[in-house]
Amino acid sequence: MIARQRPKYLDLFRIRLPLPGLVSILHRISGTALFVFAGVLLYLLQESLHSPESHAHFVALTGHCLVKLFLIGMLWSFLHHFFAGLRFLLLDVHVASDLGPTRATSMAVLIVSLLLTAILGAWLW
Amino acid sequence: MVKRVVTGAHYGLKDWLAQRITALVMAVYVIGFVAMLLICPPRQYEGWHALFRNQLMRIATVVFFISLFWHAWIGMRDILMDYIKPTGVRFGLEIAVVLVLAGYAVWVVQILWSL
Repeated sequence: MIARQRPKYLDLFRIRLPLPGLVSILHRISGTALFVFAGVLLYLLQESLHSPESHAHFVALTGHCLVKLFLIGMLWSFLHHFFAGLRFLLLDVHVASDLGPTRATSMAVLIVSLLLTAILGAWLW
Repeated sequence: MVKRVVTGAHYGLKDWLAQRITALVMAVYVIGFVAMLLICPPRQYEGWHALFRNQLMRIATVVFFISLFWHAWIGMRDILMDYIKPTGVRFGLEIAVVLVLAGYAVWVVQILWSL
């Protein structure tokens, strides 16, 4: 039996993350992004609702291309977090938790959230 | 050998479950909201305003946001526990997260009930 060389430390930049690992870390990153920018999104909701004048302000704000870029970033964060979250809920009840299916669903989460972001982003632009 | 029962503070399972239940509540709201947007999108400011003036919609929206903030607290706490090692810094950040989320909860109620 050959003793396998095991890594002595965990260097994030030298670890080749498997697909489910990538979905998992992106779930954390997207969740953190949504938390950090929740205040901005709440502010936009407030402006859209408060009065006709504030609504006009909301329309002007969201017409700005940097704000649109920001919202597309938020859209991806939300979509990835949503679909990856649904996948985690399925894993909790042991649906698609074998190695093959878990890779397939990871790929599906990545592709569906990117694709929907692209479609909705292009539509909103 | 020390016989010690490792039971922790018992909040782990409760939080794990709360994270999943709040996720389901939010998923139901989001799916309903998207369906509404697809079937009968609110027109202009008047339609959007009227939608959130509806009492049922207000209550559903507040339930959604309470779930969101609770969910965000558990998630942020998990992340802080994993990556921020100095206890003092982590504790400070956890308190900041709680205060921000509590402020947001008040803000949401104010946004919805000032319509």
